[in-house]
Amino acid sequence: MFPIVPTIRRIVLLAVAALALLQGSAQAQLTIEITGAGANRIPVAIAEFGGEASAARIVTSVVRADLERSGLFKMIDTSGAAMTEASTPAYDEWKSRGADALAAGSIGEGADGRKEARFRLYDVNKAGVLGGSAFVTSKPMLRATGHRIADIIYEKLTGEPGIFSTRVAYVVRASASRYELHIADADGQNAQVALISKEPIISPSWSPDGGRLAYVSFENKKPIVYVHSLASGKRIVAANFKGSNSAPAWSPDGRKLAVVLSKDGGSQIFTVNADGSGVQRLTTASAINTEPNFSPDGQYVYFTSDRGGSPQIYRVGVGGGDAQRVSFEGSYNVTPRLSPDGKSMAFISRRDGSFRLSVMDLASKQVQVLTDSHKDESPSFSPNGRMILIATEQGGRGVLSAVSIDGRIKQRLSISAGDVREPAWSPFNK
Amino acid sequence: MKRLLIPAALALLLAACSSTPDSSDKAGGAPVETRGGSGGVTTVTTGGVESRGLPAVLTDPTSILSKRSVYFDFDSYEVKSEYKDLVTAHAKFLTDNRQFKMLIQGNTDERGSREYNLALGQKRADAVRKMLTLLGAREDQLESVSLGEEKPKNEGHDESAWAQNRRGDMLYSGEF
Repeated sequence: MFPIVPTIRRIVLLAVAALALLQGSAQAQLTIEITGAGANRIPVAIAEFGGEASAARIVTSVVRADLERSGLFKMIDTSGAAMTEASTPAYDEWKSRGADALAAGSIGEGADGRKEARFRLYDVNKAGVLGGSAFVTSKPMLRATGHRIADIIYEKLTGEPGIFSTRVAYVVRASASRYELHIADADGQNAQVALISKEPIISPSWSPDGGRLAYVSFENKKPIVYVHSLASGKRIVAANFKGSNSAPAWSPDGRKLAVVLSKDGGSQIFTVNADGSGVQRLTTASAINTEPNFSPDGQYVYFTSDRGGSPQIYRVGVGGGDAQRVSFEGSYNVTPRLSPDGKSMAFISRRDGSFRLSVMDLASKQVQVLTDSHKDESPSFSPNGRMILIATEQGGRGVLSAVSIDGRIKQRLSISAGDVREPAWSPFNK
Repeated sequence: MKRLLIPAALALLLAACSSTPDSSDKAGGAPVETRGGSGGVTTVTTGGVESRGLPAVLTDPTSILSKRSVYFDFDSYEVKSEYKDLVTAHAKFLTDNRQFKMLIQGNTDERGSREYNLALGQKRADAVRKMLTLLGAREDQLESVSLGEEKPKNEGHDESAWAQNRRGDMLYSGEF
């Protein structure tokens, strides 16, 4: 089995290249810092890819950085090893270096000036091949190829799908009159701006197909829910009724949005079709009802309500009816977000005056507080359910933090100028 | 932690074509690394809202109608008695000037969830709207909305800043 590595280890890692695609922004550096690591990190050697040197360097560094950032792998030194997927590994040597797994590959020339990236993954202890793949790619897509390779290695070694090819959406408040909705790769690179506004943008929510974001924009001096197609930039108004329109959440089939409308008085949860038609009211209690989130099976909507005197989490069937209370401990439990397997729920709980990311096992109702920070907000699960992305505060500035569901691994994502907030992790990149 | 296992079929497949390793998951050939429609992002810039001129009685600093803000206590959604004259004056203006419409924006301090604060701000805006209605303004002249914690008047992080941010603002058509 794998060696136990002390968890107190503090790895401060990596940063970043210029975000060339970040149009019109002065502050362009999203930096990722990792603190903490898993208890049992798998020792992996990623040999420098062979073939064209500059392309090989990009792919090798992306694969290594992805795996290391996950907190589940320990990188084994590969210096002096010149090999590709075509070499026969010197298993005994890798064993003596402490590697349990080894990957090697190369970048070759494909047709039409394209590149071909190949790699193989080996089980060092069993001296056998674990997997491998080939990708036709191009120079601008080399980083994406590295993420795909890291995803395959992650899945072979952990049994769970990797999330290195996914993306994150978040809002940057550059100044009091400039808000930007960004989409970046999961490693913080390659940020692109989807929306620039003089007024706040909150509550971005990915459509299940990963092509659209629903969000709340205040550009017309009131909250209005939009659905924004990322590739085309086309936006449609999904909810603009008299009063406030907010808190969009997609149904798992991508057909409907749960939204919060004040049109009938108070804040009530409704469902609307993604084109804004077919409004139906879901909650009836004359109290605050907000922050809806569908269960992954589409049967329930979890939400925050103060119907019992303090904000707590409830759930109601999608057909309406009586709501059941879900959270009990404490006087402020908000922002329920169901895990992809539907078994647990991330939420924000106020403890001793601080707002902290917490997770509830829905079967046992057991709650675990995952952070010791003061101002956690807006939790969002990674699509494999391993990590939870939150907004929090550090040194008076908004930063993002990805926390593993056991609380051991924490990655911090910040931008040197400006507040970062309202994160949303994309679905798997299909 | 899962053990390292060797999927035998995959190992055989790779061994069989060791000079040209194929994709492990797509037998029809190596996947082409593009992201199709979902990869590119087109930037959109929102439009603004135009302002129009207002009658002097609404903007003259000596007129009570130039004052537009109602402040709330912590965790409270009641209009305090000290704002009764102000709200009454605006209700009278709306009653006398039926062509005017008003947007009431509720605000909260920064503590807690953004969406929950949006709902709390709505309660403040609704409280001002109800009082205006009781004093003669018509529902179709009024819209109450919330900005939650998103537009703080004071960006500080202490009680004196928060007190300025627990607020309802009354805006006339032309100002929103």
